[in-house]
Amino acid sequence: MPISIKEVICTKEGFTTCASKILAGYRSPYDATVVRKLFDADAILIGKVNMDEFAMGSSTENSSIKLTRNPWNLECVPGGSSGGSAASVSAGECVISLGSDTGGSIRQPASFCGCVGLKPTYGRVSRYGLVAFASSLDQIGPLSRNILDSAVTLSVIGGKDPKDTTSVDLPLPDYLEKIKQGIDDNVPIRIGLPKEYFTEDLNKEIKDLIMKAVQALEKQGAEVVEVSLPHTEFAVATYYIICTAEASANLARFDGVRYGFRHTDSRNIIDMYKRTRSDGFGAEVKRRILLGTYVLSSGYYDAYYLKAQKVRRLITQDFEKAFQKCDVIIGPTSPTPAFRFGEKTQNPLEMYLSDIYTISVNLAALPAISVPCGLTQEGLPVGLQFIGKHFDEEHLLSVAYLYEQNREKDIGFPLL
Amino acid sequence: MEYESVIGMEVHVEINTQSKAFCSCSTNFHAPPNTQVCPVCLGMPGVLPVLNKEFVNKAIAVGLALNCSIAKWSKMDRKNYFYPDLAKNYQISQYDLPLCQNGYLEIEVKGEKKRIRILRAHLEEDTARNTHDLGGGYSGVDFNRSGVPLLEIVTYPDLRSSEEVFVFLTELKQLLEYLGVSDCNMEEGSLRAEANVSVREKGSDALGVKTEIKNVASFSGVVKAIEYEVDRQIQTLQSGGKVIQETRGWDPDRGVTFSQRHKESAHDYRYFPEPDLVPLAVSDKWVEQVRQTMPELPQTRRKRFQEEYGLSLYDASVLTSTKVMADYYEKTVQLGADPKQAANWIQVELQAVLTYENATIENSPITPEHIAQLIALVKDEVISGKIAKEVLRKVFKTGKSPEEIIKEEGLVQITDIEAIRKIVREVIEKNPSQAEQYRSGKDKLFGFFVGQIMRETQGKANPKIVNDILKEELNK
Ligand SMILES: [Zn+2]
Repeated sequence: MPISIKEVICTKEGFTTCASKILAGYRSPYDATVVRKLFDADAILIGKVNMDEFAMGSSTENSSIKLTRNPWNLECVPGGSSGGSAASVSAGECVISLGSDTGGSIRQPASFCGCVGLKPTYGRVSRYGLVAFASSLDQIGPLSRNILDSAVTLSVIGGKDPKDTTSVDLPLPDYLEKIKQGIDDNVPIRIGLPKEYFTEDLNKEIKDLIMKAVQALEKQGAEVVEVSLPHTEFAVATYYIICTAEASANLARFDGVRYGFRHTDSRNIIDMYKRTRSDGFGAEVKRRILLGTYVLSSGYYDAYYLKAQKVRRLITQDFEKAFQKCDVIIGPTSPTPAFRFGEKTQNPLEMYLSDIYTISVNLAALPAISVPCGLTQEGLPVGLQFIGKHFDEEHLLSVAYLYEQNREKDIGFPLL
Repeated sequence: MEYESVIGMEVHVEINTQSKAFCSCSTNFHAPPNTQVCPVCLGMPGVLPVLNKEFVNKAIAVGLALNCSIAKWSKMDRKNYFYPDLAKNYQISQYDLPLCQNGYLEIEVKGEKKRIRILRAHLEEDTARNTHDLGGGYSGVDFNRSGVPLLEIVTYPDLRSSEEVFVFLTELKQLLEYLGVSDCNMEEGSLRAEANVSVREKGSDALGVKTEIKNVASFSGVVKAIEYEVDRQIQTLQSGGKVIQETRGWDPDRGVTFSQRHKESAHDYRYFPEPDLVPLAVSDKWVEQVRQTMPELPQTRRKRFQEEYGLSLYDASVLTSTKVMADYYEKTVQLGADPKQAANWIQVELQAVLTYENATIENSPITPEHIAQLIALVKDEVISGKIAKEVLRKVFKTGKSPEEIIKEEGLVQITDIEAIRKIVREVIEKNPSQAEQYRSGKDKLFGFFVGQIMRETQGKANPKIVNDILKEELNK
């Protein structure tokens, strides 16, 4: 099974640069747990793939390595941060790619490139060997052309890892087997549509495609209910406080002392730190480190970081309440299809809003999957997001598979 | 105006677990530089910490010994600052939910007992060590110590003199040694004490501005630094000056403290919960399990030695000063030695041999069995006390048992009355004038005869029998 792996996941083979100058030429001395598990299952690594630097971005434009294009339209971005993963799957260069998802970084590029992208429940997959961006949000997951391939991959990479104490010791089902068994006809599937996701902000074309998908599921006997996730509007702000705070500490180790890039022309240790980090990190990474340092600073901690943790709990509770009425939540993966290069780079906030539908899922530690549900008139893929209950990937994948089997038509693959 | 000093202590204890706090590397950091390291303690990209359970067990034991409550829920936090000895540029520590809280340690100074309250004891990891003597304008970092477990014990400002500090540190060190949780070697840095010192008008409740004294390498250094600092602060106030809140170092050569860092330039450590580690849940059962494995603590043992073995406070204190010594003593008594004799032999005779040989009780070949045997041999009058002391020195040198040595060297005491009487008579016959003088009242000469008899018998004659027979024969 040929696979590609995002540059943020450690492999002894090849480089693990996180698409950053500060790790230019860096080779990891060890394999990540997921990599070891895949190799044990006879996977073949065909290459490490591009990404936004340290997984910070939504277009893969923040890479210090190269430009990655969207196979459906070479003028468009592949999404991010796992843009290389999505593009490599979509272009048929590999069957499966491992990406990482902190705020939508698997699902949004999957949606942009017309492939399947699964973000497992936080704790389902070991993070050992995933270079940390935001430790409480990061999760490794597969991107693939169809749901079955992602399901197989999850069965291989999931499970408790003694090296990651945040990974959870729960039985890991054989997802492929379970999905193929299908859903018991006697138990109706209840699908929740969050009213906050279907507002004026949502692109009309995308909205129509999502509604078509919902109808396809209704035809299969699914029951559709409206649910509410009232704290959705605070998700982006909450996310950018928590992820930047954690990132500011996680990225502190890139200092030029032990490995990676070191600025050689410096007067003393402080000067070396400053020059190494100023030259080594790109603009978006620096922006987030500064933000994170700020929100953790004495006098601001309570107003930002602590408040954000409280809102995070409220967002989680929103989902818990919604899941009393439904089994799976459905909505768009991204508010827009793939955009053009440079379209959003000047406005970070607009870029941050491309993750508006995916971020809450990370904050609530839930599993979610993006599945292609059609093309825009311009011929760009659109992703449909399914959100499941904690550690219930089985049901999530089953419902998504039911859709995949019964959707109006397969979008196929880009003609390159 | 009369001043009093107000002192609080922060003690860092290196916990002697097999492996480091968050990885499986050995804690033997004296090995060649950067040999006891792995991706985790080097802070390589992608690694995650796993909390060492033995570390938590030992920390709970210290907490219990310090009468602390053990938190059912605690968590680890990240303390952020940049320094080359800090692999991740943050230290995993505990901020607002420490494992152990609100305890005390009782000390006794000038016959008065006093409780020094413990604010907290929390888990953290040690840093690497920088070396600046590599030449070529470079400094090196040895990461062997990176991630070695540390317990930071913080007291309330309950100490009022350098003497109290000394007693407190001594008691604390003894406790840690008893628990077997640390090597407690200050010179090697396994025990590091920092003092927060301020002065105030005697009787006042207000707290003065404090200074923090860091990087002192010995107990006596801490005591001297505190004494100097208290005097300095009082003089500063008396001459109309103000004490500045700052960190001060200690210069042992000049015997002064000196300013290192002002409060204005103090770090903002930006603590936040460590997202890579799940909260630490400690059940009552877990705490009970640790309690079961704890040895009797020094203060309890001291009291028991007085009651059970009839020892004086002084003897009990000396014998319980280390767990090794106390165990040694009890073993000797269990082997049948008289408790008071054993106390005397261990404190005086054994100690003399060890001092002479520059040895310690741990590395000495003399065992409790040897001591018990010697005491029995003297009691049974097989050898005299004087010979016994010589035998003890020979046990150290040869590692043989006292019985073997006595047998080999024919040191068995002469207790045969007729044999002794024969020697006594010969000595008196050889010294007729001294015998005459003794009989005419010069009692002091009795000692001369004893000496002569002992020389004849190479000290092997039973002194009591010698005394009795000599008196009999001289008075005939
Ligand atoms: Zn290690």
